[in-house]
Amino acid sequence: MSRLYTQEHEWIDVDGSTATVGITDYAQGQLGDVVFVDLPESGRAVTKGGEAAVVESVKAASDVYAPVSGTVTEANPALADDPSLVNSAPEGDGWFFKLTLSDASELDGLMDKAAYEAFVASL
Amino acid sequence: MADDADLKPLPLDGLHRRLGARIVPFAGYAMPIQYEGIIAEHNWTREQAGLFDVSHMGQLLVEGEGAADWLESLAPGDFKALQPHRVRYSLLLADNGGVLDDLMVTNTGRSLYLVVNGATKHDDIAHMQARLPAGISLHHMTDHALLALQGPAAVAVMSRFTLTPETANQPAFADLKFMAGARYQWNGVLIGVTRSGYTGEDGYEISVPSTHAEALAEALLAHAEVKPIGLGARDSLRLEAGLPLYGHDLTPEITPVEADLSFAISKRRKTEGGFPGAARILDQLFNGAPRKRVGLAIEGRMPAREGATVWNGDTQVGIVTSGGFAPSLSVPIAMAYVETPLAGDGTALEIDVRGRRIAARVVPMPFRQKNYVREGKQG
Repeated sequence: MSRLYTQEHEWIDVDGSTATVGITDYAQGQLGDVVFVDLPESGRAVTKGGEAAVVESVKAASDVYAPVSGTVTEANPALADDPSLVNSAPEGDGWFFKLTLSDASELDGLMDKAAYEAFVASL
Repeated sequence: MADDADLKPLPLDGLHRRLGARIVPFAGYAMPIQYEGIIAEHNWTREQAGLFDVSHMGQLLVEGEGAADWLESLAPGDFKALQPHRVRYSLLLADNGGVLDDLMVTNTGRSLYLVVNGATKHDDIAHMQARLPAGISLHHMTDHALLALQGPAAVAVMSRFTLTPETANQPAFADLKFMAGARYQWNGVLIGVTRSGYTGEDGYEISVPSTHAEALAEALLAHAEVKPIGLGARDSLRLEAGLPLYGHDLTPEITPVEADLSFAISKRRKTEGGFPGAARILDQLFNGAPRKRVGLAIEGRMPAREGATVWNGDTQVGIVTSGGFAPSLSVPIAMAYVETPLAGDGTALEIDVRGRRIAARVVPMPFRQKNYVREGKQG
């Protein structure tokens, strides 16, 4: 399983034709205290770069984009009870949703960890 | 952040950065939005004392014979009856009765000291200058910073400072009551202190020469009860307290009656009028306004933000002007303007959030003191 990153600060763990998506530690730090996550329903089709979820901090609502196209299979049920998991464990228990990939070649343009860290350092 | 270079720094810029603030552009200034996190800072202010840098706000002095009469031609307060060392909340009004700004007015005994919003101060000054008669002067105190110390521990902390009234006829610091103000010598510096604020907490706003702002801030922060608080928590604190924010809940399109700020129209002015927009405002006061600012309690956990539409069945009946998460209540809350027949407490409405309807109910403000108070949950 390999983890890839977008310039929009989402991460994606790919395991065969399925993947898990969340936002990065850098992203949660920028958002501040997360108080609600509006997650996609199972079965919803998402497109690479399209809106997939909304994360609400105390101050503002921010869109979260799908790193690749596919069909959502599960939204993280733990975030309904404890949205602060996005702050405390953004790249672990604070994952957003799982999906089945419709086009694995879309992964090609994403960054690996080293490239993402260099990207964040350049911001 | 490329436009940071165009932003003016606050007098405490260096201190904010040393304290680890995240800096954002606001009202043309580089300002601290948060230090350790909005929820923690919000709760600290409710439980202890928070130090806010509000130096972006405009501090103005109006001096000259007839200054109170003149201000009454711009705002609906009874400034002629404002006693020395007393503070009043007021509204700068346009000719059509719309709100140009909200402000605090203190009678210093020699002058009227005004605190206006940072984003509107230059427009306010232009508005006032254009209407300034001979014999009255308007001075913008650009050489002063403004700090706010807010929270239940604020009085105890400030009481540890040696503050000597500037003159014998000014109240001793210990006698300074809510919505009162005076000038004190502190460490050889003259500071202006009002017991006021905009968080729903007891506390003070302190005007200090910019050259001494950092020394005062450091002296306040040296007390264990005091932490620096950013603009983010300032917004969530004032929202919970039901206090409108200019540019969002108050605009030139909104009248004081619609804003539910009729208390700012003094009794004598209700009879006499003589302020901008008086005909329209007094008509609304006595015969009703078409819409009203209300508080909305929101079902569930999804916040409704500024701009979200408010619905009664298939009819749009209003719009959210401020909305977010209330850290002290652990629920989303909002302020909205709704049609007056639907503004009564308990009215069930719906808010459209990203195409979905969420249930909301009109509730009295402030949200915190009067509604479902429970311990703020750390988010």
